Amino acid sequence: MLIKDGIRIDGRKPDELRPIKIEAGVLYRADGSCYLEWGGNKIMAAVYGPREALPRHIQDPTKALVNARYSMASFSVEERKRPGPDRRSTEISKVTSEALESVIFTELFPRTTIDICIEVLDAEAGTRCAGITAAAVALADAGIPMRDIPVACAAGKVDGVVVLDLTSEEDKEGEADLPVAIAPRTEEILLLQMDGHLTYKEFEEALELAIKGCKQVAKLQRQALLNKYKTFEVK
Amino acid sequence: MMREIVLPGSIVGDAKSKLPGKGTFKEGDKIYSSRLGILEEKGKYVNVIPLSGVYDPNVGDTVIGVVQEVFKNAWIVDINAPYPAFLTMEEVPWKMEYGETYKYLRVGDVIVAIIKLIDEARNIEITMKSKPCRKIEDGIIIEIQPSKIPRVIGKNASMLNILKRYTKCWIFVGQNGRIWIKGEDENVNLLIKALRKIEKEAHTFGLTERIIKMLGG
Repeated sequence: MLIKDGIRIDGRKPDELRPIKIEAGVLYRADGSCYLEWGGNKIMAAVYGPREALPRHIQDPTKALVNARYSMASFSVEERKRPGPDRRSTEISKVTSEALESVIFTELFPRTTIDICIEVLDAEAGTRCAGITAAAVALADAGIPMRDIPVACAAGKVDGVVVLDLTSEEDKEGEADLPVAIAPRTEEILLLQMDGHLTYKEFEEALELAIKGCKQVAKLQRQALLNKYKTFEVK
Repeated sequence: MMREIVLPGSIVGDAKSKLPGKGTFKEGDKIYSSRLGILEEKGKYVNVIPLSGVYDPNVGDTVIGVVQEVFKNAWIVDINAPYPAFLTMEEVPWKMEYGETYKYLRVGDVIVAIIKLIDEARNIEITMKSKPCRKIEDGIIIEIQPSKIPRVIGKNASMLNILKRYTKCWIFVGQNGRIWIKGEDENVNLLIKALRKIEKEAHTFGLTERIIKMLGG
C-alpha cells in the first residue's frame, strides 16, 4: 500500500513535487555551476568551457562537443557504490549529453568541447532528472548560448495511480517510471525513457503530468539564476 | 532605471519591429535571448550583454597572452580564449632570423598583443607590431571573468582612473580577462581586493562609489 486515500507515502498528492532547492554559481573555479536539492537528492553540477577539445582528433570543425559526465559518489546510496563509471552512469551520461546538446548553439564554438560534470552526492530516486535540471542551470550560469533552459521531471505509476516525481520506495515498488526532459518554452521532448509497464492511455497521462511537473521546476530554475544576481542589489 | 536580467529562452522583443542582435535569436515572430545577461536596445537591434562566459575573441582586441609553444618561425600563445593564437615571426617588433624565435620569447613568457585576424575556422592570429604591445617583464597578472572587464574599465575609463588614482599602481587591462598590475606590494594587495569586488558585484549600481570608499577616498 503506497497510496492511501489519495495521499502518497510521504504525504504528497499524486501530482505534487518533492521540495526543490536550487542555487546557481556555487563553485568559483568552474565557468558555471549549480547545487540542487530535490527531495532526498543532492546534486552538484559544474560546466567548463567552451574550451579547446583535446586530443585534437576529437574536435569537430563544424560544432562544439557536449560532454556530460554523470557520476555517483560512493556514499550517495545506502550500500556503498563502487566508485568510477559503470554501465548505468555511462548510459545516463550519454542521454544527458544528447538532451542538453539539442538546446545549445553548438555551431557557435567549432573545435571546442563543453564539459558538464554532474556529481550525485546523495541519491533518492530521480537522479537523472535532477542531474539534467542542475546541469541546465549550470550551463545558463556559464553563459553558454542556448535556445532554452532544459528541465527534467519524472512521472510514474504506483498502485495503479499515475503519480508525479517518484520517491525511492515508489520507484522500487511501483509499476512504472517515466523520466522526461523538455525545453519548457516549446515543450520539445529532449529525453524520454521508460521503465515498467503503462497502457497507452496511462502513458499519455503520465507524460502530460511529467510535462506539467517540468514547467513547475523550470520556474524554480529561472528564479535561482535571477537570485544569483539579486543578492547584492539590497546592500 | 532598472536593468533587466534575461535568461536563455526569455522573450526580448518582437521580430516585426526589431532585429536580433548579439546574444539573441529569432524564432517565429519573436526574438529570444540565448544567454544570461542584461537586455540592451540599440537602434533597431536587441542585444543581450552577457554576465558570464568565456572570452569571445574579436579582431582588434588588446589581450594579454602566455606563450605556450615555440616553433622555428612562430609562437603559440594562450589568450584565455577557447582557441590558441598564433604569433608569427613577421608580427613581432624584433628583427630575427628563422630559428631564432626562442631568443626573444620562451614558453611561459607573457606578452601584450592585438588580435589581427580570426578566420571562419576560428584560427586566431595576433600581432605585436603596434603601440601597447610588448613583452611583460615585471609586475603581476590577475585573471578575472572576461565578461566583467567592461566594468573594470567603466564609462570613459572612469573606474580604471579611480583605481589608478587611489592605488598609484600601473594597470593594464587586457580584453581577455587578464590584468597586468605593477606597484608597491601594499597597494597591489588593495587593488587586487578592489578588482575582486568589482568582479563579484559587476551587475550592481553604485559600485564606483563603493570602490572609492573601499580605497579610502
